[in-house]
Amino acid sequence: MRARVMRLILTVAVVLAGTVPGPARAQSGPIKIGLLVPLTGAASALGKDMLAGTELYLDEINRQVAGRKIELIVEDTEGVTATALTKARKLVDQDHVAILTGGLLASTGYALHPFADAAKIPTTYPVMSSDDLTQRKPAKWVVRTGWNSSQSMHAFGEWVARNLKYKKVATIGFDYAFGWETVGGFQRTFEEQGGQIIQKIWTPLNTTDFSPFIAQIKPDADAVFAVFFGRGSLQFVKQYAETGLKAKIPLIGNGTVTDESVLPQMGDEALGVYTALHYSAALDNPANKKYAKAFEAKAGKIPSYYAETCYTNMRWIVEAIKAINGKVEDREAFLAALKKVELKDFPRGPVVIDKWGNPIQNIYVRKVERVGGQLQNSVIFTYPAVSQFWKYNPEEFLKQPLYTRDYPPCKYC
Amino acid sequence: MIRRRALAAAIIIGVLAALGPVLPAYPLTLITQALIFGILAMSLDVLLGYTGLPSLGQAAYFGVAAYAVALLATERQVGLLGCAAAGIALAAVTAAVFGVVAIRARGTYFLMITLALGMVVWGLAFRWVSLTKGDNGVSGVPRPELGALSLSAPLPFFYFALVTAAVSWTLLGLLVMSPFGLGLKGIRGSESRMEALGYNVWLHKYLAFVIAGVFAGVAGVLWAYYNGFVGPTDVQLVTSVEALLMTALGGPGTLIGPVLGAGIIVFLKNFVSVYTKRWLLILGAVYIGVILFAPHGVVGAFRRQRR
Repeated sequence: MRARVMRLILTVAVVLAGTVPGPARAQSGPIKIGLLVPLTGAASALGKDMLAGTELYLDEINRQVAGRKIELIVEDTEGVTATALTKARKLVDQDHVAILTGGLLASTGYALHPFADAAKIPTTYPVMSSDDLTQRKPAKWVVRTGWNSSQSMHAFGEWVARNLKYKKVATIGFDYAFGWETVGGFQRTFEEQGGQIIQKIWTPLNTTDFSPFIAQIKPDADAVFAVFFGRGSLQFVKQYAETGLKAKIPLIGNGTVTDESVLPQMGDEALGVYTALHYSAALDNPANKKYAKAFEAKAGKIPSYYAETCYTNMRWIVEAIKAINGKVEDREAFLAALKKVELKDFPRGPVVIDKWGNPIQNIYVRKVERVGGQLQNSVIFTYPAVSQFWKYNPEEFLKQPLYTRDYPPCKYC
Repeated sequence: MIRRRALAAAIIIGVLAALGPVLPAYPLTLITQALIFGILAMSLDVLLGYTGLPSLGQAAYFGVAAYAVALLATERQVGLLGCAAAGIALAAVTAAVFGVVAIRARGTYFLMITLALGMVVWGLAFRWVSLTKGDNGVSGVPRPELGALSLSAPLPFFYFALVTAAVSWTLLGLLVMSPFGLGLKGIRGSESRMEALGYNVWLHKYLAFVIAGVFAGVAGVLWAYYNGFVGPTDVQLVTSVEALLMTALGGPGTLIGPVLGAGIIVFLKNFVSVYTKRWLLILGAVYIGVILFAPHGVVGAFRRQRR
């Protein structure tokens, strides 16, 4: 018995000893970048796009910048925030990464905020889009290189009211923060332009059968505005067309409804759907053409926004490292450099960071069309340099509450 | 036998305590995490291992306590004692209410009812947005202070978790060895016989259920402080299932086994995943291996071998 216990203890001790890292490397060693992505679980398809986009850029520069090698350390978050936090601790405490990046869920963003500030670790969010991450609850050490939920929708609401001339719109979307903020942004500018939101339908996250919800849509709506992503988008768009409703009430939505992560699996049911986002794989600029071609060659599919935003994110980080001559050990300088990156030739177009840490970038209104046999998000209108506060005064904007299930209130329901 | 087990536990605790200052921050936080889940798994062991009640809702009490701590600490700046008391009390009340509903059922039905009750708490966490912040969760829970001592660094918090786990183990150990605990074992063996002998079976089960809830609450309090974040995933079915797997893996009815199970799972999850994306496959293989070759769990197999 004793011997066995001792053996057990020894084994444990040896295993633990194996985890002890060597002394922290000197400045000439590789620059370590920690990437948090969901590689298992429900969101793993999106995680793989994120990883492919990240690696594509690193391969383009041969994983070297400012005379130092770049070492990418990838950790699987399982799409669970608690796991993402544990992995973030591992990347910072054990691997001593110079910068933390990635993440998918809004809750992960809110959880990483205090962590990044406490650890004083430069952090970028390429995907996590919850508004308050750069509005009412910003973190000093976090730079968002992606977008925020209501950013593209402020532009889209105005565009729909002015150009499609819809008066009454019913909305349907996933019942959580991303859905609320997207609908809220759309509702605000759409109603300011004289439109009316006449109904808001919320479906539980992970709904797969939308028919009971589609049946509730008011028949006098001029259009239906949808907010879904991943499998939800595929199912909803398909079922909406199958009910025959699409011929009577046109479908519009946020960018993830027809994002390239789901578009290749869609058929004619997606044709003619108007959406808006800060990216489209069909964007006609030299940087995007080169990027989309390289991504297709590497991953065997057209790039989704998840892939583009991670590609751009990695280029962003590398540009910041260049600006400080590779001296990432000076974290304050690194953070400042991250906030100063300003490039005109990202695949998605020119981007600068506002003082709350969110990108100011083009928003593209897109329409699904079939070109050369393939569905694509054809860009039909561009709003240049859109801020997260749209045309509002930031201070006044921030005094209003965050968009939620019941805000802005549905006056015409 | 009891002395020997106490000695073994004392050695493990001593080794962990001695390793503390030597270990780097990350393995230390992982051991802390394993200890917290160890307490949760021990609480479940009282039900599964000693009373024969397989619960799939243990995350509910864990989560209720964690939410209580997170909300009180972030919005009302309540200290450690207040938060811990509120969290554990709320877990106990929740278990006391759920117990009335759940204890009426047996076997698979008990499993299903506890699952459903657990989902009720998850639903509240997800949908009661004004209180729980919904899917975004409550973040930024500060690490507590124990008197003048700040527990914010990994090492002091590790000792805090270690002491809490050791105290929980001792209390639960005394509980299962007490006449009450023997009564629970009797119920596990044969409910009808215990009833015939004049035991109040319902009350025994009910008390075991509430006590399990209290210790799940203790784990929940630690978890909120440890992670600084509480969200609906913490009260999800997955967390309950994980606690059940930890208990089954380590050895139900051994108390120390579930802690070991928690340690194994936490380390597999966090170390194997560094080397391969297919770590779930390895975790699955470990479960199957344990079920095939050590159906009574790792510790259970050790003890059986010695008999």
